[in-house]
Amino acid sequence: MASLRDIKTRINSTKKTSQITKAMEMTSAAKWNRGVMKAKTFVPYMEKIQEVTASIAGGAGGAVHPMLISRPVKKTGYVVITSDRGLAGAYNSNVIRRVYQTIQSRHKSNDEFAIIAIGRVGRDFFVKKGYNVIKDIIGISDQPSFADIKELASSTVGMFTDGTFDEIYIYYSHYISAISQEVTEKKLLPLTDLRTSEQKLTSYEFEPSAEEILDVLLPQYAESLIYGALLDSKASEHAARMTAMKNATDNANELIRNYTLSYNRARQAAITQEITEIVGGAAALE
Amino acid sequence: MKTIKVNVVTPDGPVYESDVEMVSTKAKSGELGILPGHIPLVAPLEIGSVRLKKGGNTEIIAVSGGFLEVRPDTVTVLAQAAEKASDIDVERAKRAKERAEKRLRAQQQENIDFKRAELALRRAINRLAVSEKK
Repeated sequence: MASLRDIKTRINSTKKTSQITKAMEMTSAAKWNRGVMKAKTFVPYMEKIQEVTASIAGGAGGAVHPMLISRPVKKTGYVVITSDRGLAGAYNSNVIRRVYQTIQSRHKSNDEFAIIAIGRVGRDFFVKKGYNVIKDIIGISDQPSFADIKELASSTVGMFTDGTFDEIYIYYSHYISAISQEVTEKKLLPLTDLRTSEQKLTSYEFEPSAEEILDVLLPQYAESLIYGALLDSKASEHAARMTAMKNATDNANELIRNYTLSYNRARQAAITQEITEIVGGAAALE
Repeated sequence: MKTIKVNVVTPDGPVYESDVEMVSTKAKSGELGILPGHIPLVAPLEIGSVRLKKGGNTEIIAVSGGFLEVRPDTVTVLAQAAEKASDIDVERAKRAKERAEKRLRAQQQENIDFKRAELALRRAINRLAVSEKK
């Protein structure tokens, strides 16, 4: 059995760990709250732009635009959203595993695709694998504003327009609830699933023409899809980290309880032994 | 007087929401004025200002592009960035203007960075212009 002092040290260090994880849990809870709110403020914009895009692209007038048409795929782009830091449970590894498996099953050579990485963990993983990480952005704040990723978003969309990629997928962790997040794959470009039938479509006048409006509207729409995915995955990140840290704190408390129990046992054993020795000594003198 | 509902929405949340008498702005195809009862319309906007007339007052909002959607009862401006004149960070706009000017001087050849700097400069100038008019 470990000595009394050993157990004492272990209890103390576990206590310190649990204090840290507890603090991290609480900061994540605050960030998670703000992240969810931020995602909510984005909803009206997204809904509106979706509605307008669907009415124009799906509506009458037969407007066509390169961003709406599928073309033969020579090169695929994968936008992968992960966090910059770990300690968030399986949050990052889930996304990375999904992308990795998809790439393994779809592509034979590394020339057929490239990665656009948002977040350090994903970037480091794919660089290490020797994949072509064409663009990356790290150090995004916990509550990103649109301006933070404007540049990345517009150059990603630009890479579709100029023919670098023939299709672009985005992978991120979709926020369902505080304890549940789901890795989601979305086809970013070309925009083929715009024609949602349920909404009633408004017929508009176009100023100057439907084509010219699509030139402005579609890149803006695709960029906001990326931003929306980022907000979604930020909310997931904080929720995942909060859960992970809560589990860590619980585990630490459990450990402390066990250690305290064995500490008390060892102390009691030592006392008993002392008494036995004294009694034995006294008996020997009689 | 008849009014029309106006929403200015950006990815970072709604910026403005109110009933106004007239909306005027600069679209890619020219100046555009919207009164209540306008037919449904969509038009891309220039980097510029949206002027909202309401009971003798005019409120000005700086927008960096985006587009305008008109429906019989509402006008929606969807822009990637928009600020009310009173919310503009003048210092930041000035810094952005200087930065963009420096970049434009440094590289005179035509490429993407040049275009980006030019757009940044126009946005900064627009913000400064709008904030002066408040």
